[in-house]
Amino acid sequence: MTTQILIAGFGGQGILFSGKLLAYKALSENKELSWLPSYGPEMRGGTASCSVTISDEPVGSPIIDHPDVLIVMNLPSLDKYESTVKSGGMIFVDSTLIERKVQRTDVKAFYIPSTKIAQDMGAANLANIVLLGKVLKDCPAISRSYIEEALKKVVSAKHPEMYEMNLKAIDAGYSYN
Amino acid sequence: MSEKVLMKGNEAIAEAALRSGCRHYFGYPITPQTELTAYMAKRLPKMEGGVFLQAESEISAINMVYGVAGTGKRVMTSSSSPGISLKQEGISYIAGSDLPAVIVNVQRGGPGLGGIQPSQSDYFQATKGGGHGDYHLIVLAPSSVQEMADLTSLAFDLADKYRCPAMLLADGTMGQMMEPVVLPEPKTGTVEKPWAVTGTQMKREHNIINSLYLSPEVLEKTNFERYKRYETIQEKEVRYESYLMDDADYCIVAFGIAARVAKNAITALRNQGLKVGLIRPITLWPFPSKAIREAADKVKGFVSVELSMGQMIEDVRLAEECRRPVLLCNRAGGMIPNVDMVISSINALKNQVEGGR
Amino acid sequence: MSVVFQKPKSLTSKELHYCPGCPHGIIHRLVAEAIDNLGIEGRTIGVAPVGCSVMAYDYFTCDMVEAAHGRAPAVATGLKRSLPEDIIFTYQGDGDLASIGMAETVHAATRNENITVIFVNNAIYGMTGGQMAPTSLPGQVTQTSPYGRDVKTQGYPIKVCELLSALDAPYYIERVAVNNVKNVLKAKKAIEKAFRNQIEGKGFSLIEVVSACPTNWGLTPQKALQWVEDKMIPYYPLGVYKDRSEEAN
Repeated sequence: MTTQILIAGFGGQGILFSGKLLAYKALSENKELSWLPSYGPEMRGGTASCSVTISDEPVGSPIIDHPDVLIVMNLPSLDKYESTVKSGGMIFVDSTLIERKVQRTDVKAFYIPSTKIAQDMGAANLANIVLLGKVLKDCPAISRSYIEEALKKVVSAKHPEMYEMNLKAIDAGYSYN
Repeated sequence: MSEKVLMKGNEAIAEAALRSGCRHYFGYPITPQTELTAYMAKRLPKMEGGVFLQAESEISAINMVYGVAGTGKRVMTSSSSPGISLKQEGISYIAGSDLPAVIVNVQRGGPGLGGIQPSQSDYFQATKGGGHGDYHLIVLAPSSVQEMADLTSLAFDLADKYRCPAMLLADGTMGQMMEPVVLPEPKTGTVEKPWAVTGTQMKREHNIINSLYLSPEVLEKTNFERYKRYETIQEKEVRYESYLMDDADYCIVAFGIAARVAKNAITALRNQGLKVGLIRPITLWPFPSKAIREAADKVKGFVSVELSMGQMIEDVRLAEECRRPVLLCNRAGGMIPNVDMVISSINALKNQVEGGR
Repeated sequence: MSVVFQKPKSLTSKELHYCPGCPHGIIHRLVAEAIDNLGIEGRTIGVAPVGCSVMAYDYFTCDMVEAAHGRAPAVATGLKRSLPEDIIFTYQGDGDLASIGMAETVHAATRNENITVIFVNNAIYGMTGGQMAPTSLPGQVTQTSPYGRDVKTQGYPIKVCELLSALDAPYYIERVAVNNVKNVLKAKKAIEKAFRNQIEGKGFSLIEVVSACPTNWGLTPQKALQWVEDKMIPYYPLGVYKDRSEEAN
C-alpha cells in the first residue's frame, strides 16, 4: 500500500516538522518513504508545503500530484489543493484558521480547531501537532504506533521538555471529537 | 551494514564524501545546495586533517579544489547552476591538468540567475564539457537519496582511477528531499598518485601540475592521450537502470527526479495495458548509448522526460540513430513534468506510431 | 680555482625565456636564493601565474603548479590547507594579482593565509604585448591607452601595498625594487623574510617588486631602470607597509 500525504500552510506553522514526524514514524515502522519540502522563500513566511509518501514498496516519484491525505493549515492551501485530492481521500482542516468547509463530496473532511486547542494548552506553536494527532486518530493508513520513537528523533535533544509538550499536543488532537 | 537513517539528499552527499576520505571542502552559499556546505562546515573542522573553507567566490572555491587536487588528496566543491557556471574555468584547468576532483551541481532553473526550483537544464554543460577545450567530466545522475550517497562514493573512486574530474548532477528536489539511506562504509582512496605535488623532499625530480603546452604537437598529444582514457571510461563505466524493458513497446528515457515521475507513469500506463519501460541513465557521461541503440531494435518509439527545454533528447536521438520517433516530455524553469504529462506523451507517441501505419 | 658566483640550487638549468634586460631573471634568482638559504627546497611548492612568468614552473626545481589567470592565491590556499608543513609561494604579475585576481588576493590576505606572495609590478601587460595594467601610471602610453592612461576614463593605478595594508589580517607587506644593486640587496632580504615568516607560521606576506619592462615600455634596459627610479618609485614608494611583528613589541 502507498499513502501520499500533502501538508500545507504558512511558513512558520511547522508544516515541514509535521512531515518529518510522519517520515520518522515510517522509518521506525521500517517502511519506504520520501519527504519532499517546498523550499525557498517560505522560510520567510510565504506558503510552505511538504509531501510525504509512505509505502510498502520503494517510492516512485516523491512529488505528489493527487494526495490521499491533505492536511491544511490555511485557506490558500485549501483553495489550492482541495481539487487535487484523490476521490475517496481525506482532508484535515485546522478550523480555527479556515472558516469554510470542504466543498467536495467525494472526500472525507475532518475539522479540528487545532490552533485554538494549542493556544489553550499554552503551546500556540504546536497547532500542527494537534492537527497531526487528529490525523493519527482518523486516518486508517496512518496509525499512532511508533509516534513516540519518531518524536524522540525529531525533537532536539537540547529541549527534552519539548518532547512531553509534543506528546501532549498529539494526545489533545487524538482525543478531540 | 550500517542502519538506515533519514537524511536530506544534500546531507547524504556530504556524509558520503566524508566517508570516502574527503577531508577538504571549498564552497560558497547558493540555494538549493546550501545544506551540503553547512554540513561540511559543521563536520570537517572536528575531523583530523579536515579543512572547510567558505571561499570568496565560486571561482576561488574551484581553484582551491585545484590546489588540493594537485596534492593528491580527495577534495570536493558543490554549488548550483549559476555557481557552476563560474566554476567552469577551474574545471577546465582541473581536466586539462588530469586531476581528480568531485564537483556537485544541485541544479536550479536558468539561464542567468534563473530561479531556485529544480531543473536539469545544465545537462549540456555537464556532459559536453562545460568549460573551454576538449574534455569530459564523468557525470553521475542520482535518482534517490541512497544514490546521492552511493554515487558520491563512486565519483571519488572514478575520479582517482581515471585522473579526471567527476560531477554529481542532481537537482533541487534530490537535494532537498529526505529518504532513508544506508550510508557507505568509511574508506580512503587507494590509488597511488606519484604525480602529486607534495614537495620533492629532494628525492625526485619536481612535479608540475599544469595544463599549458605552447607546442601544439605536444598539446595535441595530451588531448589524444586523454581521449584514450575517455574511451576506456566509455567502455567500462557506463551505468544505467533498465526498468520493465523486457517486453516494452515504448521506452522512456529519463534521469534523476524525472525518472521517478516516469516510473509512476509506467505503473499507470501498464495498468491501462500499455507496455512501457524505462532506461534511466545513471552515468550521463558516458551515456548509455548502446542500451538505447539496442532498445531501438525492439521498441516502437521513445519519450525523453526532462526538466529542460530538451537537452538529453539529442543524445537519445544520436543513440537510436534516428530509427524511431523520439518525443520530448518536458517542463522548464523549475517546473517538473507530472505523471499525467508523461502518460499523455506516451499516448501521443502511440498515436503517431500507429497513425503512420 | 674557487667558485665565486653560481646559479642557485633551486633554479633549474632551463634557459629563461624572458626578454633581454627583463628583471624577472633577477627576481627568480632572489626567490631561489631565499629557498636555498632557508633549506626548504624539498618542501616548497610554487604557484606560477598567467603572464610573462607563466613558465616559471620550468625554472624552479621545487614542485610547481600552474594556476589560471589571477587564481594563484586560491590555488595556494588549497595547497597550504592540504599540506600545512610545506612552504607555498605564488609568483604573480600586476595584471594577474591586481586586476583579474584582486578578489583572490584580498581574501587570501584577509584570511592571513600562511603563504608567500611575490608580486612583480612592471605597470604593463607584458606577455600579451604591452597593454594597460591596473598599475600603469597616469598618462602612461600602452597599446590599450595609446593616448596615455586617462585617469578620468581609465581610473587610477592600484597601489597594492597601500590597499592591502588597510586590512587587519595580513602579517607582512613590503615594496621593494630591483633597479640597482642597493635595491636588489634590500629585495633579497625582504623576500627571504617573507619566506621565513611562513616557516614561522606568521601568515600572509606579500613582497611587491617594482620591476621594469624594457620591451613594452619601448626603452633600453638601462633607460627602463632609470624610468623605474624617476617615475615608478615616486608613485610606488618603497618600504614596509605592514609588519605585525611590531604589534607584539
